[in-house]
Amino acid sequence: MPSNIRLISRLDIKGPNLIKGVHLEGLRVLGNPNIFATKYYKNSIDEILYIDSVASLYGRNNLSDILAKTAKDIFVPITAGGGLRSTDDVKDILRYGADKVAINTAAVKDPSLISKVSSMFGSQCMVLSVQAKKVNTNTWEVYIEGGREKTGIDVIDWVKEGIKLNAGEILLTSIDMEGTKLGFDLNLVEAVSSISPVPVIASGGMGNLNNARDVIIESNADAIAIANVLHYNKYSVAEVRDHLLNCNINLREVS
Amino acid sequence: MKIGIIDYGLCNLHSISSAIKYLNYDYKFINKPDDIDKYEKIILPGVGAFSDGMTGLRENNFIDNLCGYVHNGGHFLGICLGMQMMLTESHEFGIHKGLNLIEGQVIKIPSEVNSKTHKIPHLGWNKLIVMNNKVNQIAEMNNYVYFVHSYMVKCDSQYIHANTKYNDLIMPAIINYKNSYGCQFHPEKSGQIGLSIIQNFINL
Repeated sequence: MPSNIRLISRLDIKGPNLIKGVHLEGLRVLGNPNIFATKYYKNSIDEILYIDSVASLYGRNNLSDILAKTAKDIFVPITAGGGLRSTDDVKDILRYGADKVAINTAAVKDPSLISKVSSMFGSQCMVLSVQAKKVNTNTWEVYIEGGREKTGIDVIDWVKEGIKLNAGEILLTSIDMEGTKLGFDLNLVEAVSSISPVPVIASGGMGNLNNARDVIIESNADAIAIANVLHYNKYSVAEVRDHLLNCNINLREVS
Repeated sequence: MKIGIIDYGLCNLHSISSAIKYLNYDYKFINKPDDIDKYEKIILPGVGAFSDGMTGLRENNFIDNLCGYVHNGGHFLGICLGMQMMLTESHEFGIHKGLNLIEGQVIKIPSEVNSKTHKIPHLGWNKLIVMNNKVNQIAEMNNYVYFVHSYMVKCDSQYIHANTKYNDLIMPAIINYKNSYGCQFHPEKSGQIGLSIIQNFINL
């Protein structure tokens, strides 16, 4: 089991709003993302992840305002993704206060973007966002454009290539489990973390505390991205943390 | 209180300056070496490759003034790469000379210790093991702080104020020489505890 497990709150953004969908579709507005992020920070979240979920569809990014406000009084690592297409886009978003970027569509269309971002800003900054949809028991296909478009690319092959190009982390979202609250796709996370020398963030499906435990203990996730159960107040960050600490998982202890 | 943040052209200064602003202090970005001596505290942030960092300092002629400031007892804080550059040399992509404020090397983090393997970079929140025989500590025992690094510092224990333990590997987390400090972790990304470490440095 990996050590230094991180709890990451995932905030999907559309325009100025925090939204939540199921299978990355059917979006529902939840409110001002800065208010949610501040609450999670005060409750000792380890990192914050913003994804502008429709940005790549329209070729724009609305995150800059949200990031600028966040970075003023939130002092944990912030990752931003959605619609980033070039090293110039990355430079802009870092200037607004992001520490890392998550890139999916543009990296699939031009894999050299991964190595360009890594060499310009360091590999720690380059999070490869992978949206995976199950094909059969042990095969998954890469999707782009916010889970709307298939690519025919095998997830494991793509992760290997991304790592070769110096991606520093893998944000692995299961389209099948996303928003279902039925638990992470354990096979998917296990398959990816077993071939990945860089940290893997499991995203999509957390519905209860044991889902979090399972994906760490059984599938070797290095971090979990949590959305629904935090946004809808089913659990606080502290409840997730305490549960995992009680399961003897190595993560930050907060006094 | 005048706090200067060294701007040598390659890294994001946003987080450290936001943290200082949040703590209600004024800061200036310094891009002229002669300005260093005008400040009561100097911060050297940094992410990226060692050689790029040193090249940035060299091309902007910061090295002599910076070393002079530290040797004269100035209050200096190096963060992450800014800490690593305080050492004699680094083995990151070849051997590169550092500022040599503290004798020692920067080496790749071993991926296996006592036949236990772990991922590189050392990424995430880890706790500080603070040495209790040192004065002017800026952190407290068991403080959790945020690390992200693939290279680590190796130096004599007299310079080490705090270590951290990654599985069975012990690595320096805070180093000190005179009134200069180096943090391997990112205090500006380590929540309230990180802010208190920056505050403690400012209070020195």
